[in-house]
Amino acid sequence: MSRRVVITGAGTINALGSDVPATLAAMREGRSAIGDLDIRDVDRLTIRIGAQVKDYDEGAHFNRQQIALYDRYTQFALLAAGQALAQAGLTFQGELAARSGVILGTSGGGLNTQDENYRAVYEGGKNRVHPFVVPKLMNNAAAAHLSMEYNLKGPSFTVATACASSNHAIGQAFHFVKSGMADVMVTGGAEAMLCFGGVKAWEGLRVMSRDTCRPFCATRSGMVQGEGAGIFVLEEYEHARARGADILAEVAGAAMTSDASDIVMPSRQGAERAMAGALEQAGLNTGDIGYINAHGTGTAANDKIESAAVAHVFGADADRLAISSTKSMHGHCIGATGAIELLACIMALRDGVIAPTANWQEPDPECALDIVPNVARDATVTACLSNAFAFGGMNAVLALKAV
Amino acid sequence: MTADIRTRIHEIVAEQAMIDVADVTDASVPADLGVDSMGLVEAIFAIEEAFDIHVPFNANAPDARNFDYSTVGSIVAAVERLVAEQRG
Repeated sequence: MSRRVVITGAGTINALGSDVPATLAAMREGRSAIGDLDIRDVDRLTIRIGAQVKDYDEGAHFNRQQIALYDRYTQFALLAAGQALAQAGLTFQGELAARSGVILGTSGGGLNTQDENYRAVYEGGKNRVHPFVVPKLMNNAAAAHLSMEYNLKGPSFTVATACASSNHAIGQAFHFVKSGMADVMVTGGAEAMLCFGGVKAWEGLRVMSRDTCRPFCATRSGMVQGEGAGIFVLEEYEHARARGADILAEVAGAAMTSDASDIVMPSRQGAERAMAGALEQAGLNTGDIGYINAHGTGTAANDKIESAAVAHVFGADADRLAISSTKSMHGHCIGATGAIELLACIMALRDGVIAPTANWQEPDPECALDIVPNVARDATVTACLSNAFAFGGMNAVLALKAV
Repeated sequence: MTADIRTRIHEIVAEQAMIDVADVTDASVPADLGVDSMGLVEAIFAIEEAFDIHVPFNANAPDARNFDYSTVGSIVAAVERLVAEQRG
């Protein structure tokens, strides 16, 4: 009997809201959280907008000793995980603890910590830094703190595949549970790249918008960065059922491919193979899919290639599915983005609401799909995909089913 | 100044395309020289550094009229304008 994998807990903090209900409510409203960045030295940036977590007070959540060790991305991961584990209602002791772990995605890790401390030693001329800079900035810090906080003693590590990091992480966690290597995996992603160095680096690529993110729109002007975390509890189906857990959705497939072509330009074939692979693994046909949460960055390169790839994989069924990019609302949260976007998939499956592509103005003939412009839509969705196509040509697509 | 700008831009394009500067003319089309979209972004960075100017270029809206890069000569003209505007 093949093992099935279900989601029994979800948590988030992002610019749309500090938990799942607030985030989903914002998505239903089609409300974009993109606005003026409030960060140090913003006046030296060309790009001054982002989907930033505002009114955030770390002292309201963590004590002095914790803050000394928790970069902003770790704080986001811990806050989102707290919600997810509370919803799952799991505690980890003995054999279950040994058979449970953490796989998180992040791209920048403790980038704020790096930014602040490089500034201190290079610009500030300081010759001494805080003793915990290394454990605070390291890319596995968030995963490590989750394992410590919840006594998760099985396999734990961090995945870094740029903008696909959390889809790779969730896909890997899915395979761990499905294969029997673990019974419960805490997974998702966290990112906090909205600091001077983080935004300055992105400016250089000339792909950032100076007004807002308009995926699949003829007037698109580029991507907008966001930040936050999305954390999920993946659990073996019989284990979840035996304890009467509320099952949010089933993760039915996860496929990963590499373009093996260009470091930044996406390839249609790589995206197609990832979507087709996720469908095949999930035992789904193209006609079963009612919704795709697109990678949808709002860059010309992504939106055209992704639209062509969907059209090619789905054929005539492409005209019957809805596809939206919620990056128009929560921004591109880089290594956390797939995890935050998975919430839109759960909303489609559980609540029958498809999140819209916000900020949309006019059709792009090269993106001729039903992109759910600006207004959320009620629909019965029994299966969906979540796309992530990263720099490096590394792709990861998740297939979810309603339970 | 104009001759200097032209010479420097020819050098930048040649370096980006990894060809001899003698093979670059005002009529050259960057893509024909092997300068792809990422190469163009890198060349624009080099131009900004060389002339201490800001070049308004967004890779998502490359048809925008604010920086005509259709030929090397049009880049020279655009940079001359930007230098005059931004450095007075």
